[in-house]
Amino acid sequence: MSPTLRVPSSAEAMPRDGEAPADGKVPTMRLLVIEDDRDAADYLVKALREVGHVADHAADGEEGLSLAEHESYDVLIVDRMLPKRDGLSVIGALRAKGITVPALILSALGAVDDRVKGLRAGGDDYLAKPYSFAELLARVEVLARRHGGREETAYRVGDLELDRLSHRVTRGKEEIVLQPREFRLLEYLMKHAGQVVTRTMLLENVWDYHFDPQTNVIDVHVSRLRAKIDKGFAQPLLHTVRGAGYMIRDGAR
Amino acid sequence: MTALAKLLRTTAFRLTLVYLLVVALFAAFLLGYFALNTRRLMNEQIVRTVDSELAELTGQYEAAGLRRLVYIVESRANQPGSSLYLVTTPNGAGLAGNVASLETGVIERTGWVETSYRRLEEPDGGEHRALVRVTALPGGFRLLVGRDLAEREHLFRIVATAGRWSVFIVVVLGIAGGVFVSRRVLRRIDAMTDKARVIMAGDLSGRLPVGGSGDELDRLAASLNTMLERIETLLRGLKEVTDNVAHDLKTPLTRLRNRSEAALRNAASPADYRHALETTIEESDALIRTFDALLMIARAESGEPRAGMAPADAAAIARDVGELYEPLAEEQGLALTVAADAPAPIVANRELISQALANLIDNAIKYAAVPARPSGAPAGAPVAAEQPEQPPADVTVSAAVVGDRVEIAVADRGPGIAPADRGRVLDRFVRLEQSRSQPGSGLGLSLASAIARLHGGELRLEDNAPGLRVVLSLPRAASA
Repeated sequence: MSPTLRVPSSAEAMPRDGEAPADGKVPTMRLLVIEDDRDAADYLVKALREVGHVADHAADGEEGLSLAEHESYDVLIVDRMLPKRDGLSVIGALRAKGITVPALILSALGAVDDRVKGLRAGGDDYLAKPYSFAELLARVEVLARRHGGREETAYRVGDLELDRLSHRVTRGKEEIVLQPREFRLLEYLMKHAGQVVTRTMLLENVWDYHFDPQTNVIDVHVSRLRAKIDKGFAQPLLHTVRGAGYMIRDGAR
Repeated sequence: MTALAKLLRTTAFRLTLVYLLVVALFAAFLLGYFALNTRRLMNEQIVRTVDSELAELTGQYEAAGLRRLVYIVESRANQPGSSLYLVTTPNGAGLAGNVASLETGVIERTGWVETSYRRLEEPDGGEHRALVRVTALPGGFRLLVGRDLAEREHLFRIVATAGRWSVFIVVVLGIAGGVFVSRRVLRRIDAMTDKARVIMAGDLSGRLPVGGSGDELDRLAASLNTMLERIETLLRGLKEVTDNVAHDLKTPLTRLRNRSEAALRNAASPADYRHALETTIEESDALIRTFDALLMIARAESGEPRAGMAPADAAAIARDVGELYEPLAEEQGLALTVAADAPAPIVANRELISQALANLIDNAIKYAAVPARPSGAPAGAPVAAEQPEQPPADVTVSAAVVGDRVEIAVADRGPGIAPADRGRVLDRFVRLEQSRSQPGSGLGLSLASAIARLHGGELRLEDNAPGLRVVLSLPRAASA
């Protein structure tokens, strides 16, 4: 199972095909898409519904704010430039009212300081346009889970265990020695076990880089990690989700 | 008329008027003060001499009687001069003196009074003004001593005339000066305005005239010229980007379009369509990447991301990025080593420096994987590890303090770049012929170069003998 060196693409990701065995199905989420461009919004809402989520749509900032205030959503997907009220101000108004629903900001402005501005305004994640649907979906699912609030001192997937306090990783009875970065990579994957994690998410969260490294350096890191945790074991845990990214799951269950 | 109206509206002219008013008021005050003081002084002098003369005459009268007094008064009155004398009987009839007539009631009251009078020696002469003192002598006689005020009046007139003249001269000179200065300033400002209009009309290469005297107008013109230069540079950059976008984005877009058309025309099965769509997405992703790199370069060159700069350690950045690429290098059969142990303090946008370095390392790995050949013939993509007879090609990433610079360097053992081509590869989109087979937008080096310039540094290409050494040279910060 060698990593496929391919650019993630939405066409491949929808529906997610099964190099990774169909998991216990991501629970249905209620999502609100605040986006003024008709076509983009239609595409997004349709795609989200196809993968089994409930998606509402608001065409401007005011409508989006009012929907987000009165309905209960798992994640908001907010375009930055909106008529009547821009995306950052919608999120700001919600946060001021104590509404902490996670928000993913979509923006054509992709540069680092725009991202920082977005996150400072109360956004939880930032995705530059144009994006692939697989990337968006992975981030939305991670955001929905994060809202549930789960920071544990140890993670366990199948017989693989990671102890965040002692920095020890074991699989079965075997201790696995990891480099610090490999440890953080595994930690991030295990924290989101059962969820797709994209290469960009890994680059952002494990390395704290927000640029495009041209070549898929992440794949090589993941295959190194895979060699350490899966090699010699009958049951692979670290899976490649074609066209999207990676996922750690216990396939035996 | 409009020229005059324009002149009157200039700041220079208005300032001149204000100064004029101030100077005129000051001159008037000075002259008035002078005149009043002189008058007071002269009055005091008159009072003193009259007092002493009166005392002396009274003494003569008391000592020698009326006859003596009349005699002395007569003799003094006959002398030419401005003195006035009059001795009268208790009922007011004149006994001696040079006064023909007085204002009524003057002689009846003792003390100081200013009055008009006529002189005896000029019976039909005009009236004069005088300051006189009347005193009552024992026995009811009255003695008047005074001084004519012609001298004082004369002086006063001189001062008044001088005042009028000086105000006149100040006003004339002031207005003339104001007009002169305003016209000079106006002419230069008109020249600047005209030039500015030309520039506004689209000739951005135009510059405002600078007189060379280094005055405030020159300094203003020089600042505006610097601003224009900056704008011109930015616009030229924008135009270059536009040209490049037109040239290098349209080519892949055309390819994309052709392929889609071909798929519509020829595809026989869903698998064919699927393949066509996948290729389309891959190509559009590559396009987006090129586009992002272009935007990034434009932003870096506009100086916009300078706000996000903070003290950073170049050695730590080199270690982090080196670590990110190390497995990739290994996979390509290259040994990537990082030599960055001592701290190398810089003030930088960590993200941008990391991105620049990532581009350089990515390039180095790509080219180092192509074994150096004396012929320089383009190679496919053989991995060095598959050719054990060759020494392993290395990529070395280093960061060190060199004098007042911090140099982050990426050295490879690839084919290198001929000295003649080194300047050219920093331009956007330039990819040397032997690299055409490699993937990439060709923007990596230009992006790194733009990031270096943004940080006040530069990108240098050196011979690594064999291979290429790319140095990102940045100003060293004070401390880590």
